[in-house]
Amino acid sequence: MHRTKVKIVEEALDANNTIAQANRADFDRAGVRVVNFMSAPGAGKTSLLEHVVADTPGVRIGVLEGDVQGSMDADRLAALHIPVTQLNTDPSFGGECHLDANMVRSALPDLPLVEIDLLVIENVGNLVCPAEFKVGEDARIMVSAITEGEEKPLKYPLMFRACELVLINKIDLLPHLDFDLDKFLYNLDAVHPGVERITVSAKTGEGIDAWRDWLARVGRAVEAPA
Amino acid sequence: MHELSLSGAIVNTVVKHAAGRPVSLVCLRVGALRQVVPDTLEFYFEFVSKGTVCEGARLEQGLIPAVLRCGSCRREWEIDLPIFMCPDCGSAGRVEVASGEEFEVESIEVEETECIAQR
Repeated sequence: MHRTKVKIVEEALDANNTIAQANRADFDRAGVRVVNFMSAPGAGKTSLLEHVVADTPGVRIGVLEGDVQGSMDADRLAALHIPVTQLNTDPSFGGECHLDANMVRSALPDLPLVEIDLLVIENVGNLVCPAEFKVGEDARIMVSAITEGEEKPLKYPLMFRACELVLINKIDLLPHLDFDLDKFLYNLDAVHPGVERITVSAKTGEGIDAWRDWLARVGRAVEAPA
Repeated sequence: MHELSLSGAIVNTVVKHAAGRPVSLVCLRVGALRQVVPDTLEFYFEFVSKGTVCEGARLEQGLIPAVLRCGSCRREWEIDLPIFMCPDCGSAGRVEVASGEEFEVESIEVEETECIAQR
């Protein structure tokens, strides 16, 4: 018996990235654009989706709803008469706190890709792990609610850097909180300079039109020549 | 908290390359921007590797500092806080990550039984 050193030099997440590319190729073939929608629990992902999924002209939207357990969010969205597929990480995937490429791949046969132009994958609420795992998306969006505080970009830079759009939600609460919006934006720009951002309120509807337009642009991108 | 998922990714990568041979050492290159807590990763690695060729293997974590490069003035600097702005020219739009995003299995040490073909 002797010991041998084996040189590897491989990104540990390569296996996930390879499956994510396969997912992306399948989505492309079906002509479906995909967004990975992420945030901490309770930031308002489902509420923000309720405003737009059934009401984005020219873009048929479906949702893949990721949760550890239950179908509460999926039920809310299905009530809007759009295609919703539930993907639970418990027990099939050991109760994982995020979706990965393989989980999304397992849900592919259940997705009505011919009926939709845009698939929104609502990730499990978590500010850390979802940022590590690509699932085959075209764009990543995160929601940060102002109740979470202005230092969050500095504490969770992985997540704030892994997205193309930040929705700053619950902006209607600004008069009631000690939250300093300028400080939050300064921290956001320090971590991810110039990232697109929209201040929204799922409660009052503020900023919802801009959010819908952003999503529609991703959904319609499929019509652009390659 | 992502250390659990990352441990799983490490074990999968190592198992693929170990080809059934028991692994005694796993060497990683971990960039500072990955926000990995070394003790937590070690704890989960021990847990996740049970029942695989990695069981009982030592985990060596080489930390790669986070170094940024300014696309405007080409200055390079190391950061502790995730501030992606050039301290010299203030440029933010063109700051690149020179290092610190790695999460790689660099090498492993496996235990070989003597090759039967050798006489």
